[in-house]
Amino acid sequence: MPAVSKGDGMRGLAVFISDIRNCKSKEAEIKRINKELANIRSKFKGDKALDGYSKKKYVCKLLFIFLLGHDIDFGHMEAVNLLSSNKYTEKQIGYLFISVLVNSNSELIRLINNAIKNDLASRNPTFMCLALHCIANVGSREMGEAFAADIPRILVAGDSMDSVKQSAALCLLRLYKASPDLVPMGEWTARVVHLLNDQHMGVVTAAVSLITCLCKKNPDDFKTCISLAVSRLSRIVSSASTDLQDYTYYFVPAPWLSVKLLRLLQCYPPPEDAAVKGRLVECLETVLNKAQEPPKSKKVQHSNAKNAILFETISLIIHYDSEPNLLVRACNQLGQFLQHRETNLRYLALESMCTLASSEFSHEAVKTHIDTVINALKTERDVSVRQRAADLLYAMCDRSNAKQIVSEMLRYLETADYAIREEIVLKVAILAEKYAVDYSWYVDTILNLIRIAGDYVSEEVWYRVLQIVTNRDDVQGYAAKTVFEALQAPACHENMVKVGGYILGEFGNLIAGDPRSSPPVQFSLLHSKFHLCSVATRALLLSTYIKFINLFPETKATIQGVLRAGSQLRNADVELQQRAVEYLTLSSVASTDVLATVLEEMPPFPERESSILAKLKRKKGPGAGSALDDGRRDPSSNDINGGVEPTPSNVSTPSPSADLLGLRAAPPPAAPPVPASAGNLLVDVFDGPAAQPSLGPTPEEAFLSELEPPAPESPMALLADPAPAADPGPEDIGPPIPEADELLNKFVCKNNGVLFENQLLQIGVKSEFRQNLGRMYLFYGNKTSVQFQNFSPNVVHPGDLQTQLAVQTKRVAAQVDGGAQVQQVLNIECLRDFLTPPLLSVRFRYGGAPQSLTLKLPVTINKFFQPTEMAAQDFFQRWKQLSLPQQEAQKIFKANHPMDAEVTKAKLLGFGSALLDNVDPNPENFVGAGIIQTKALQVGCLLRLEPNAQAQMYRLTLRTSKEPVSRHLCELLAQQF
Amino acid sequence: MLDCRSPPHSNTASLPQRGDQGFPSAAAAGPAPPLRATMQFLLLFSRQGKLGLQKWYVPLTDKEKKKITRELVQTVLAGKPKMCSFREWHDLKIVYKRYAGLYFCCAIEDQDNELIALEIIHRYYFGSVCELDIIFNFEKAYFILDEFLLGGEVQETSKKSVLKAIEQADLLQEKTENMYHSRVHWGVRAY
Repeated sequence: MPAVSKGDGMRGLAVFISDIRNCKSKEAEIKRINKELANIRSKFKGDKALDGYSKKKYVCKLLFIFLLGHDIDFGHMEAVNLLSSNKYTEKQIGYLFISVLVNSNSELIRLINNAIKNDLASRNPTFMCLALHCIANVGSREMGEAFAADIPRILVAGDSMDSVKQSAALCLLRLYKASPDLVPMGEWTARVVHLLNDQHMGVVTAAVSLITCLCKKNPDDFKTCISLAVSRLSRIVSSASTDLQDYTYYFVPAPWLSVKLLRLLQCYPPPEDAAVKGRLVECLETVLNKAQEPPKSKKVQHSNAKNAILFETISLIIHYDSEPNLLVRACNQLGQFLQHRETNLRYLALESMCTLASSEFSHEAVKTHIDTVINALKTERDVSVRQRAADLLYAMCDRSNAKQIVSEMLRYLETADYAIREEIVLKVAILAEKYAVDYSWYVDTILNLIRIAGDYVSEEVWYRVLQIVTNRDDVQGYAAKTVFEALQAPACHENMVKVGGYILGEFGNLIAGDPRSSPPVQFSLLHSKFHLCSVATRALLLSTYIKFINLFPETKATIQGVLRAGSQLRNADVELQQRAVEYLTLSSVASTDVLATVLEEMPPFPERESSILAKLKRKKGPGAGSALDDGRRDPSSNDINGGVEPTPSNVSTPSPSADLLGLRAAPPPAAPPVPASAGNLLVDVFDGPAAQPSLGPTPEEAFLSELEPPAPESPMALLADPAPAADPGPEDIGPPIPEADELLNKFVCKNNGVLFENQLLQIGVKSEFRQNLGRMYLFYGNKTSVQFQNFSPNVVHPGDLQTQLAVQTKRVAAQVDGGAQVQQVLNIECLRDFLTPPLLSVRFRYGGAPQSLTLKLPVTINKFFQPTEMAAQDFFQRWKQLSLPQQEAQKIFKANHPMDAEVTKAKLLGFGSALLDNVDPNPENFVGAGIIQTKALQVGCLLRLEPNAQAQMYRLTLRTSKEPVSRHLCELLAQQF
Repeated sequence: MLDCRSPPHSNTASLPQRGDQGFPSAAAAGPAPPLRATMQFLLLFSRQGKLGLQKWYVPLTDKEKKKITRELVQTVLAGKPKMCSFREWHDLKIVYKRYAGLYFCCAIEDQDNELIALEIIHRYYFGSVCELDIIFNFEKAYFILDEFLLGGEVQETSKKSVLKAIEQADLLQEKTENMYHSRVHWGVRAY
């Protein structure tokens, strides 16, 4: 048993802790705790006033109980009382309790703030530090409001003790991060920079963190820190291992400070001043030289501290990306680490090399390590390290080594951890496409992917291979032959059946000459898989069969037999049944000419950004970043194979923070995924209707009804694009009511409210949007006492909207009782940018009279805005990048509403962009940034709104990477003020 | 100098072996919370998964904290020797180190320096703390931590300065407290 005299005299506490530790079960622990809580409660409630010591002891017990994971709902007041004790340990325990358990209970906050205020004013450095620590630990906005103005003064006051300065610097940093608007910039900022010269290393260590954060927001104001940081760094780096006494850590002088200084320098481009730059380069070289020296200690702490500086130095070298000599040296150093016995170093070297691979100066040097990296992929025992190796291979891949890397990654895939398989599959698919010289290799690679890791091959990947095969006639024959062979394996993955079914349906004729793959053989091979497949695949195969009837008339009888079989015609699945019925009818009523036209080979797909790349971007992880770095490094290679076209907003930014506009893929949407419908890569006849909103006739229905007249005008269009058929055509519904635009405008900056109201009907809207997905609830209220009959609300996509926005609706009851309300749920997916909102057509019969009403559904492109925070520096960099005249849209207009800054702010936030403070030199102006998330692409948007109160005018400027988006956003937003 | 009482190792063995109770195995990966300090949080737990110390440098609800803790304890305890001390975790990096039966684990941002974070842990740990010491002196463990790290940033790296800060507090305490003027047992070595 531990002696109970432990702790500084709080015997009761030690006994209690011992008791808890000796509890044999969770139940016993809870029992003991409840007993103690009852005891403490009675002590706190008792008539007898407790002395400070008892209060401290009980508060400490409560804290211990809380830290064990139990809830504490009392004792706050006693803790606050301790704050005003002048006994140090009592005060200390009080502060600890507050730091750990404080909530925004306003009553208490006022008392706490009072105590803190007293301690800050006490001139007792120990008390001041306690108070500062508490502010930093809580770091709430309330704390910021109370103290943000005082702390800069304490920080730069001449008479503040060093320890107080340290705490003040970091306390201020915490408040600044939590609520930057509360920290006033001013005369103190200049003096803060000079803390870099402070004699006390601890003060410098604390101050650098603060400066680094401040200069990210106001780089120009803090420019002077560059030369100060360089000279400080230079002094540390060149000092002997014992010069810095207590700040030497295992023979490494001031490693924390060095790392922080190197990070600070990464906020800026290379120093302009030649002398400063020379001195800095000297420092960086010294660090690289020291890495070659024999270690001064065998302790791992020595090597860690030394290498921490080395890796940060390399980060800075990569950040500058301007010193070929240093980049290559860095690469060689990392190359040595690749074979180091410390796993940590191998991991970090692989990670760091990933970024080096994207520099034109060091790309070749990185490539020389390919064998070591491949070996790491094969032999590393730790999955994180293998993952880094796979990332690095991906980053170093180019035309010269693509085949080797792809084959190694394929091999790795066979044993790869399940968690990372999908990512590896995506990477292989991208590399294979990007660096394919001959497309047979590409086809082989993708089929291998399906063979090895079929479960992890997402739709995007196999859609893409179909797209590419469809678009390149030089590979179609080979593809048909290869899938035919692959399908002969006794067990093949369902994805293989899908790809095989599609390709043979399109290009099976190219191999039909070979008796081994004659039409009947092809058919029976596919059909042998049919019964093992899911409904979606079987539906696809049925379409293949009807295509076979066109390609190979000799199979017609067999296939019609299959379609006619009871298992198809009476299939319980409505989709399969429908396909069977329709295809059977089509094959018997249509002439060969009609068949040939209807079932013609698919036309080439329009080239667009590879959806695989988009998917990889969405996935988390540094690998995704390097994929894009890759695109940046080698722009010439992008277009060759078509498809891997980086969107400008994503890739053109060379700064490491480039991901602000969406590179570092956002977390996966939490909303349940909306089933992908039209607008998928393959505008798909096969999968379409199953997943689509059943608003109107399905494509097949329309397609058959179109067949009634002998020669449909363009059946191909119907096949390729189900859009026009999926909805009742726009001509079927009335034009939007005159107020529709006005009603729509009300919802640009808000998501909930009443959309429409007349004597009969009220329509309310509640909606939420996340990423490119949205869900909208429409509430239809019958204001009368009479039932509405045949009530049918429908969403209609005028024009091209079907390919831009997918809206899935649920049917609602056809009767709405008097006074009742029905709810309709809409799942919305933004596929690409769009300009016109969908229409909502509501029809019903009221007292026998038909009523109809068309409104604009409040779904505008800005709903898919994701706010993006960025520093002023980044903002201007981006702003400059979007300087093409067509990327900008500007509007100057009169204010329609009173000009109120708060209202404007709320509107801009409601619009969806982030509001960036301290960007515009004029504080009256508003600056915002965000990304429009669509399935196909992301559009980075920057905006600036300049109010002119005298003239009652605004000037609004939008810059985005897409011209129509700029204009459209500008119009939408301008109507709001 | 402070007392360097050797930690009562014998007690470690008699700890109740029921560490897993608070940590059910299903740890669903949730979206990472918005986090912005250099070090996001620091956790210390035993091989049995019992939490000894937790310090959060980003605002999170108790529920989120419990969820994160559960997930991390599991991740870290699943690690094998010779494995790398860094783990990717949501969009953060986990850096952890094991000292006998104790695990220190902290989360840093993706861009941050892993090795220096590893040494922060070491610097804080000093020498050999056995779990019981930290538990019995939990409040002091927090006070010392505040001297080293404030708001998730390194405040002071000199042991002497930290010691001085604590000694000054100690003196102050002796001055003000007449009843209990015992010397402080820090339960940590190597001062």
